[in-house]
Amino acid sequence: MDFSVILRTVGSLALISGALSIIISVAEKVLNNYGTCELDINQGQKKLSVQGGSSLLSTLAAEKIFIPSACGGKATCGLCKVQVLEGAGPLLPTEEPYISQQEREEHMRLSCQIKVKGNMRLMIPEELFNIREYICRVESITDMTYDIKLLRMKLPEGETVTFKAGQFMQFYTKPYGKVKEEVFRAYSISSKASEHDHIELLIRLVPGGICTTYVHTVLQEADQVRLSGPYGDFYLRGDCEELIMIAGGSGLAPIRSLVYDVIEKGLPHKMRFFFGANTVRDLYYMEEFAQIERDYPQFKFIPCVARPEPQDNWTGETGFVTVALENQVDSGDGKEAYLCGSPGMLDACIKILKDKGFTDQTIFYDKF
Amino acid sequence: MPQISPFIIFFASIITSNMILSNFLGMCSYLSVSSEYKTATGLGMAVTLVLVLTTVINWAVYEYVIVPLEIEYLQYIIFIMVIAALVQILEMGMDRYMPDLHAKLGIFLPLITVNCAILGVTLFMVIRHYGFFQSLMFSLGSGLGWWLAINMLAAIREKLKNAKLPPGISGAALSFIITGIMAMAFIGFSGIFTIQ
Ligand SMILES: Cc1cc2nc3c(=O)[nH]c(=O)nc-3n(C[C@H](O)[C@H](O)[C@H](O)COP(=O)(O)OP(=O)(O)OC[C@H]3O[C@@H](n4cnc5c(N)ncnc54)[C@H](O)[C@@H]3O)c2cc1C
Ligand code: FES
Repeated sequence: MDFSVILRTVGSLALISGALSIIISVAEKVLNNYGTCELDINQGQKKLSVQGGSSLLSTLAAEKIFIPSACGGKATCGLCKVQVLEGAGPLLPTEEPYISQQEREEHMRLSCQIKVKGNMRLMIPEELFNIREYICRVESITDMTYDIKLLRMKLPEGETVTFKAGQFMQFYTKPYGKVKEEVFRAYSISSKASEHDHIELLIRLVPGGICTTYVHTVLQEADQVRLSGPYGDFYLRGDCEELIMIAGGSGLAPIRSLVYDVIEKGLPHKMRFFFGANTVRDLYYMEEFAQIERDYPQFKFIPCVARPEPQDNWTGETGFVTVALENQVDSGDGKEAYLCGSPGMLDACIKILKDKGFTDQTIFYDKF
Repeated sequence: MPQISPFIIFFASIITSNMILSNFLGMCSYLSVSSEYKTATGLGMAVTLVLVLTTVINWAVYEYVIVPLEIEYLQYIIFIMVIAALVQILEMGMDRYMPDLHAKLGIFLPLITVNCAILGVTLFMVIRHYGFFQSLMFSLGSGLGWWLAINMLAAIREKLKNAKLPPGISGAALSFIITGIMAMAFIGFSGIFTIQ
């Protein structure tokens, strides 16, 4: 082939793609420049001047107002809802699946989907202002089972965290190995709500998972980690006589915090905690819960092992938690249920609870 | 430049040379976004808009860049780049100046970049040596024809939602059968005008 043909091909391709990229960047500068926008939060309580052009979620995060989000802005979790009274434009097709008719009337929007393009008026629940960022030091990493680690972190000197037992934190990883970006994931707090200068998380290894692999293989004691929180509406309502608690695997985390909360506050509720595990190897915190059971007769601990081996000499409940639930809980009267764990287990348990008379108003859960 | 009236081209590309029903171009989004009439309308509108804009711009790029530089062998790459860039700019512009329309069409725009009907119309325009006005009417007609076809399919699929169908036929299979019948029906128009 003629050398000049090669030259012309490469030259014209380079020129055309160069010209197109210049046009796109100019268009971006011109079209995506929304100037300074005023955000009015809670009827004038807080006023912010921000640069328009990004999503409301990230704009607020840059102003240190953290709206819960588990999917990182991909419109798949529906957690980032914010009430926008003015300035959000029409509901987007990506939002539709997550916004119910009632929420539409209340002007709820997914903050990760709407862009700040002008002045806006928002309502943000007071407790979200409580959400802060914490740079903690890893005090210890303990193996609880073969795939669950307990991460105990110390807040910076002089700082404290206030959360409701059952809520979760977002944990930010640093880039490592092939993972070039920071990611964040939700983890329920397992420590006592009365302990304001430490945070404990129970993290189960998900094979191939970005964040859990980071925690299990990269993170070392004395490292610095970034957390934000607390988030979530999984906390004690307590409008009843007995609490039925159900967890599997790392779902034990928020339940542990809840149990201590009820005890430390001297609340009168009876508690039954069904803890489901596949094998005896998956059980942990057994001695601790047995001790609580001895000290506080209001609390009953019911570990259930689905497939115990003969050599385990397992004497507790055998079978899935659903079986124990079916046999031991008679009705939903005067009870509230708190569930945490995998979607499969939760769905099965919720079905049984509803058959027994529990309702959407008395069942609370966090699906992992 | 062939001596066909642009208006004949316009009507022919809707009826006798329909992009979907006689050329079978742009099938992927046609099949996947046709379960609801409302969204199908949105996509049809977006395809028509993008088709007209890209064809007009690609006509200019072809006449004033590709032909003078004698790089016809690069036309595929260049057309695709132009389409991709244009869709991006269109999306930003719509978001800015027509937020209502953007809310309706926004999610379809990225999907359209890879719709083969868009590239197809540009390539037909080059192969058939259309002039500017002919290309404009050709793209408008092709867009409206595509829109008509997807709306018909969506309307039929909506009607069939509650129908009792033999197992195994619902979903993609049914869409193909409907499309086949519609295409056969459109053969009835052939002979009114010809451009192919
Ligand atoms: C409110 C809330 C509280 C949570 N609390 C805890 C907690 O206390 N302890 C805890 O260990 N986890 C908890 N999770 C789950 C946690 O946020 C992460 O989803 C999980 O640790 C996986 O993160 P990853 O980055 O390692 O995996 P990713 O990189 O996100 O995923 C890797 C792969 O694993 C799959 N995957 C992701 N998550 C799961 C899963 N849970 N089970 C099976 N497959 C999965 C993905 O589809 C993907 O294919 C909680 C989640 C929510 C929403
Ligand atoms: S952040 Fe998950 S839907 Fe908005």
